[in-house]
Amino acid sequence: MDVTPQEYTSMVQKQSDPSPMLRDMAWAFVVGGAICTLGQAVLEFWKFTGLGQKDAAIATSITLIALAALLTGLHVYEKLAKHAGAGTLVPITGFSNSVASPALEFKSEGLVLGTAAKMFIIAGPVLVYGIGASIVYGILLVLFGGY
Amino acid sequence: MQYVIAFVTGGIICALSQILIDRTKLTPARILTAYVVAGVVLTAVGVYKPFVDFAGAGATVPLLGFGYTLAEGVRSAVAQSGMLGAFTGGAQAAAGGISAAVFFGLLTALLFRPEDKS
Repeated sequence: MDVTPQEYTSMVQKQSDPSPMLRDMAWAFVVGGAICTLGQAVLEFWKFTGLGQKDAAIATSITLIALAALLTGLHVYEKLAKHAGAGTLVPITGFSNSVASPALEFKSEGLVLGTAAKMFIIAGPVLVYGIGASIVYGILLVLFGGY
Repeated sequence: MQYVIAFVTGGIICALSQILIDRTKLTPARILTAYVVAGVVLTAVGVYKPFVDFAGAGATVPLLGFGYTLAEGVRSAVAQSGMLGAFTGGAQAAAGGISAAVFFGLLTALLFRPEDKS
């Protein structure tokens, strides 16, 4: 059978998934939604133990971060992330994974310049610009009021 | 009901982020950084707080919520101690999350083995 490269490309495209982006979005929606629902359950649990709204929110973050670090260590998180994409990246568990994953991976380069330095490869920029933006917001509040 | 709202809103945020990943060349580091800054800005203009009241964990668990925590911390610290609060409020409010990520990240590295790449 004679096919031109163009024909071949279109044949391959027809055979492969018709809409990879929709499939990716569905995965992200379900997994991301599930993580947020878990977060809601953890939040209700901490409120049930008697923590106020604010402390319960902090305890929830810590719980989810610990859980994601554990799943990273067990190499479960990255397997889930392969399908879930943004569903596992965007929740705070993704932030935890972005710290724990290089911390573990670069252990071979030592506990100081490997683990400890490389754990900030993604978290570093997040903290630099997140804290930076919050300070700018604070200065604007002081200058223009409104708090 | 709050669980359904958390699922749907959190899911929508993640699905929209997936479009960013698929359609642009943004790396995870850039997306996470953009989300935290966006969370600070959306809180500063007064949009995110009502969203958190409505969506609960659907709004606080995505990384936008980390920006919300930073901005809310700064706002209440500035109300208490002025310019000093601009510098202390954000990190103070986010301290639990940051410390937990560092501590459990270190613990993970100490307790587990890197995946065998071969």
